[in-house]
Amino acid sequence: MSDSEAKVLIEPERYEFAAHPIYHFDLQRRDFFKLLGAGIAVLSVTTSAAGALQESGGARGFRGEEAPKDITSWLHIGEDGRVTVFTGKVEIGQNIRTSLAQSVADELRVPFESVLMVMGDTALTPFDMGTFGSRSTPYMTPQLRRAASAARDLLVAEAAKKWNVAGDALVARDGKVSEPTSGQSLSYGELARGKALAQDMPEADPITPVAQWTVAGKALPKVDGRAFVTGKHQYTVDLRPPGLLHGKVLRAPSFGATLASIDTKAAAAVPGVTVVLDGNFVGVAAPSEGVAAKAIAALRAEWKETKQPSSAELFSHLKSNLESGDATRDTHEKGSVEDGLSQAAHRLAQTYTVAYIAHAPLEPRAAVAEWANGKLTVWTGTQRPFAVRDDLADVFHLTKDRVRVIVPDTGSAYGGKHTSDAALEAARLARAAGHPVKIVWTREEEFTWAYFRPAGVIDIKSGIASDGTLTAWEFHNYNSGGAGIGTPYSVANQRIQFHPANSPLRQGSYRGLAATANHFARESHMDELAHAAKMDPLEFRLKNITDPRLRDVFQAAAKSFGWPGKKSRDGQGFGMGGGIEKNGYVATCAEVAVDPSSGDVRVVRIVAAFECGAIVNPDGLRNQVIGANIMGLGGALFEAVEFQDGRITNPHFARYRVPRFRDVPQIDAVLLDRKDIPSAGAGETPIVGIAPAIGNAIFDATGVRLRSLPLVPNGLKT
Amino acid sequence: MPTHLQVNGQSYSLRSDPDTPLLYALREELGLTGSKYGCGEGQCGACTVLVDGTPRRSCLLPVGEAAGKSITTIEGLEKEGALHPVQEAFLDAGAFQCAYCTSGMIMSSVALLQKNPTPSAAEIAQSLQGNMCRCGTHPRIVVAVQQAAKAMRGPAQ
Repeated sequence: MSDSEAKVLIEPERYEFAAHPIYHFDLQRRDFFKLLGAGIAVLSVTTSAAGALQESGGARGFRGEEAPKDITSWLHIGEDGRVTVFTGKVEIGQNIRTSLAQSVADELRVPFESVLMVMGDTALTPFDMGTFGSRSTPYMTPQLRRAASAARDLLVAEAAKKWNVAGDALVARDGKVSEPTSGQSLSYGELARGKALAQDMPEADPITPVAQWTVAGKALPKVDGRAFVTGKHQYTVDLRPPGLLHGKVLRAPSFGATLASIDTKAAAAVPGVTVVLDGNFVGVAAPSEGVAAKAIAALRAEWKETKQPSSAELFSHLKSNLESGDATRDTHEKGSVEDGLSQAAHRLAQTYTVAYIAHAPLEPRAAVAEWANGKLTVWTGTQRPFAVRDDLADVFHLTKDRVRVIVPDTGSAYGGKHTSDAALEAARLARAAGHPVKIVWTREEEFTWAYFRPAGVIDIKSGIASDGTLTAWEFHNYNSGGAGIGTPYSVANQRIQFHPANSPLRQGSYRGLAATANHFARESHMDELAHAAKMDPLEFRLKNITDPRLRDVFQAAAKSFGWPGKKSRDGQGFGMGGGIEKNGYVATCAEVAVDPSSGDVRVVRIVAAFECGAIVNPDGLRNQVIGANIMGLGGALFEAVEFQDGRITNPHFARYRVPRFRDVPQIDAVLLDRKDIPSAGAGETPIVGIAPAIGNAIFDATGVRLRSLPLVPNGLKT
Repeated sequence: MPTHLQVNGQSYSLRSDPDTPLLYALREELGLTGSKYGCGEGQCGACTVLVDGTPRRSCLLPVGEAAGKSITTIEGLEKEGALHPVQEAFLDAGAFQCAYCTSGMIMSSVALLQKNPTPSAAEIAQSLQGNMCRCGTHPRIVVAVQQAAKAMRGPAQ
């Protein structure tokens, strides 16, 4: 296996949940113009699966004959010149609404302000598998650019026809097509007037080279910023359709418990309350949150509980409860690890663990459901609107065209909002109550009934030659996943395996998936090897890196940080960590201060260098890189979901510590803009370097090697 | 007996029980949804409003206790179409990502600047310690508050 193969994404979306690709699109072409008025529309139709691996569901199994096939996005130019773009992607704080609009404006040569993005609405936008996996920028952006480019060609052709001139003599700029020689020009709106012209996007329409970007590449502010600072933006939790009731669900006392008996009389007697009992589901709809809570408290339920594992035995549980059969995945074999180990001057075997952690998005999972005329509309903050639609259709025995899911710009997700729980609950209650119902999970429900970043155990065995060259690398990940499992370093002899286990807790996607765990283990181990070889950790890494982009981010971070750093007091330490994931390159350096008497560990300074190809919006990117590092600080230092007998024992912010202002160090992002490389996503990868950088810095400060995340939930005990 | 509330300069009579948290009364009865539920435990600060100028967690404050006091929510900061300098500064600094925490951050910052017009970065961090931002926008929020402080002091300084 070559080094380039080693960094291939192996199974990046294991935790994205099973997807149900949809191969039809109900909106007919003539409907576009009914919806938006006359104008010009371009449909981005994918004929090969390559460009739309997840964005369209591929080209297989399409049954409807007349509907456009596999539309992945489309845009419309109206008679007023307004550009409306339709994509199934959703805005969850990653700023994709802004950066997609920038790319369309750039390609179409219109002012940024004239582009309106319609996102995440299953009735209006084409099928999309979901907003995850850092895929929106590398896959959706080029599709929208090609659609915009085709629209521009159409507009130029219209003008050429009108003026009876050759199209290539015309210039499209600032929302106008003009003829430089005569000076005449027509706005896009004028060119679209009276038209109902729809065209499939040509297979390979050229798009604007990065060097000629005018709107993209700029630090434009977030779209709708004013609505956010004035509190006017309506998140799912803020919606109040007429007749709205508030829903609440009776939760089991522990995981795996089943309802033995229930007395709903007292709850049902509360004025205005509807009680729904359906299998194990017990819920209420009430005129207010307060009344809903009272009605739930009035339910008398008995539960049959089952024995459940506890966090104290988590790691032994995972290793002794591997998925049965031949479940080992993502196996890399190259050379002979045994030979590599026998040639080595230094050998090392270590085990690393990571805890379950919670996404804790500040807007809890929420949904508003409304039934009308046998149709169901659900507003919900989800990363997968079409999957939620399908779940609703399945559960309520509806055809998909009778379900509409709309995603208001959402109060963050971080991989945590893939499932349809709140939507199903709201819809079930709304159907019974005959009113729209809103469900907003409490923080305790969030911490208990959502899903978690998988816990895991990672065993590494390695060998290095006396000059620091890696000779052997054996890496086994139990349960946490295969993302980022391949080493980006050159090693002649490798064995890398992911072993799925039966998780005691519901687990799922998280920012970066298992790449956080795999990078923590690998980069901590690399630091241990550097010390074994008596080499500087940067020098040791560079010796084993062949990928120039990885070398560049390590060198950029080190330079900005002032690596190797000079200790001026006790308890000061420096560390680094980095790697490659989802075509993004990251290197993070951290400085810590450990108080030797109290064991208090403070991160003082972070420098994160990141490279994801051509930068679309440096301001949004900086927010994502710094934000990922601050979020990662929590998982590195203190976040862990604790559980006992099927109960989460720390389901509150008072007991589940996340980074707050005083935890935030001085933090700098060094952004490497590679205009020669297609843009990759940036929402996830910047998070993977911080935990090992901090762990390695703690070792540098104290000589104590920590191999479990979180590193110091209760300070450093020496 | 209805509870009388003074919110953003307007008087309201509320049907809500006096023990209803102010947050629910604002959101459900008055339709002022800018203040957010984040935890219901006073831990995250997303529900922060000003009560007689003091930042309070409206998820823990019973309506009965707020009666007769002057309450300001995020909706009350904008005056005749002009944003409050703190709102302007958040916008200018791009100090939000998902922005769910933003109302609470702005209200806490407004309260801080009323008490301390020239806060240091450490003082800002200290006084926003009870406001969570899960997207990790903290450094920009500190910058925004400093910018707002400067703007509120006026050009002469």
